[in-house]
Amino acid sequence: MVVRGSIVGIDSPEALEKALRSAYYLADEGVATAAYLALALGKPLLLEGAPGVGKTEAAKAIAAVLGRRLIRLQCYEGIDASAALYEWNYPRQMLAIRQAGEESIDIYGETFLIERPMLAVLRAPDSTVLLIDEIDRADQEFEAFLLEFLSDFQISIPERGTFRAAERPVVVLTSNRTRDLHEALRRRCVYHWIDYPSAEREARIIMMRASSVAESTARAVVAAVGKLRREPLSKAPGIAEAVDWAEAATLLHKGGARWPDAFKRSIGVALKDEEDLTFISGRLDALLAEAAA
Amino acid sequence: MSDELQLPRAAHVFVSFAALLRINEFAVAPDQTTAFLAAIDLLGPRSLEDIRRAGLATLAPPPERRATYDRLFDIHFRGGEEFDQPEAEDDEIVRLQDEGRGEDETPLADEANESGLAAARTEALVERRFGTSATGDALRRLARDAPTHLPRRRGHRRIRARRGPFADLRRTLRDSVRSDGEVFRLGRLKRRQRLRKLLLLIDVSGSMKGRTEDNMKLAHALSQAAPNVEVFTFGTRLTRVTRALRVKRREQALHAAAHLVSDWDGGTRIGDALQAFLAVPRFAGYARGAAVVVLSDGLERGDPTALRDAVAKLSRRSWRLSWLTPLSTGPGFKPQTEALIAIQRFVDDLFDGGTSSAIVSYILSLGQRRAA
Repeated sequence: MVVRGSIVGIDSPEALEKALRSAYYLADEGVATAAYLALALGKPLLLEGAPGVGKTEAAKAIAAVLGRRLIRLQCYEGIDASAALYEWNYPRQMLAIRQAGEESIDIYGETFLIERPMLAVLRAPDSTVLLIDEIDRADQEFEAFLLEFLSDFQISIPERGTFRAAERPVVVLTSNRTRDLHEALRRRCVYHWIDYPSAEREARIIMMRASSVAESTARAVVAAVGKLRREPLSKAPGIAEAVDWAEAATLLHKGGARWPDAFKRSIGVALKDEEDLTFISGRLDALLAEAAA
Repeated sequence: MSDELQLPRAAHVFVSFAALLRINEFAVAPDQTTAFLAAIDLLGPRSLEDIRRAGLATLAPPPERRATYDRLFDIHFRGGEEFDQPEAEDDEIVRLQDEGRGEDETPLADEANESGLAAARTEALVERRFGTSATGDALRRLARDAPTHLPRRRGHRRIRARRGPFADLRRTLRDSVRSDGEVFRLGRLKRRQRLRKLLLLIDVSGSMKGRTEDNMKLAHALSQAAPNVEVFTFGTRLTRVTRALRVKRREQALHAAAHLVSDWDGGTRIGDALQAFLAVPRFAGYARGAAVVVLSDGLERGDPTALRDAVAKLSRRSWRLSWLTPLSTGPGFKPQTEALIAIQRFVDDLFDGGTSSAIVSYILSLGQRRAA
């Protein structure tokens, strides 16, 4: 195992936390520790958590801190090597064969190779970060395919031979945990379960992301969102929803709406499920009053 | 040489922690232990908290077993009290709100939650030589026919086919190279069939007592026969037993499941249990597009409107919602209880769940049925 104590001058979880803050991401100690360990140990970082707790944002911030380009691979059912790794440009190959006529031609040359995210990262491991987003959406075949990639960071293209990364690339995987991931995948990664942030930190996140929002508004939104997350809703508001809600309410307030009303009228940006809205509607006034107090 | 001898001495306490986790059924690979040691070294470590976080990141305990991990950590590094398995692996068990509410009507509910009694029942569940040979036959039939008879759906992965809606350019090009670039035949691809998700919700309350054991065996057989089967039990609480049932040996699996479930033979609040199921987004996701089979008599002690709303919601999420009740009297069965009448119009099939053979036959017939 190659251990690098310091990456671009980051030599502790605290240093990484500080760097992430300057990239507008407020990480708690757990995230910072896991991310630091992943970078130092050269292992992929697997972030699991409810939708909207900032998993993808974390990957973006890590890329920003390292000064690298983020390459994102969004997973879906049926995703395969031709979407994740490489694909040949068949029409061009076909044309090339026709045009070549009597001359011989290498139709598996570089010009016909279409690079997909995983190959792109293997070829430039020192200037990219690979984000494999929502791996739980992919099927088990892809998960198995990924195992090979994540342990050796090499892939073979039958027509071209084996590609191997010059150094271990930085890889971040996220999962909403809609299904259990294979143990083998978790084993290869540095793992962290991201929870909703504490009220204090969430208020700071809102104010950082939406500069127009006053502190009192941010706190009220955080309190209300915290209460909503304890309700049995089919989709609890995430951090992004909280930011949107604070911004929307501020906007309505500036337009002349009074406070509790501004929150109430903009609830649609926080709760986006009709059943959830009906469920909460009777108690919304009391809930908002409590949150504002 | 001396270095090599020295390292294990310092590292011993950490390596033995990994071993302790393994004894408690955490899957820890040797290279995870190596990563754990490297991580501790990287972090300083300046405090016990650093070591705990290093372990969380590298040994990767599943989130639903986090409480157990923390307990083991405290015992190992802080010298805590004797370890007993925390009663709830929180994440997988949902207590229904105000669990004690039905005390008067369901005296069994509270009894069953006392650990001693629960343990005794656990033993009874696993060790009793239950089930007639008819059940055994039914389970064998399930294992044999499940791969071909369970419902399927079109997946998004494409495979080669003689005929199909998509062109297989890769193969076409390869073939054409042989004939100097001339395409004689276009390869085709079609979408592959996949087994549909199957969600089994098992009522383990007192009124279902006679069926519970066989139903759990059946759930185990089904989990073994097909991938993506999710199993929950409900009574006075909702428990996910999917993981436990993935263990191959039946006795072991049922034992593990029995440990998780602590509301055997108690009261029933089906409506609340289903509401609780739908309120956890991760669980509710299992129902989406799935064949949902409820094994319950529908004898509801709670609020029938809660039950109706929950079943309506479940029905909208699922591909097909089936309710198998032991009270059914046959094909022309007309429900008599208030709860079953209330949910009848949301349920796609209301069939006999009185014998293992009937349940197996129904589940194996799902492949012939259409979405509803």
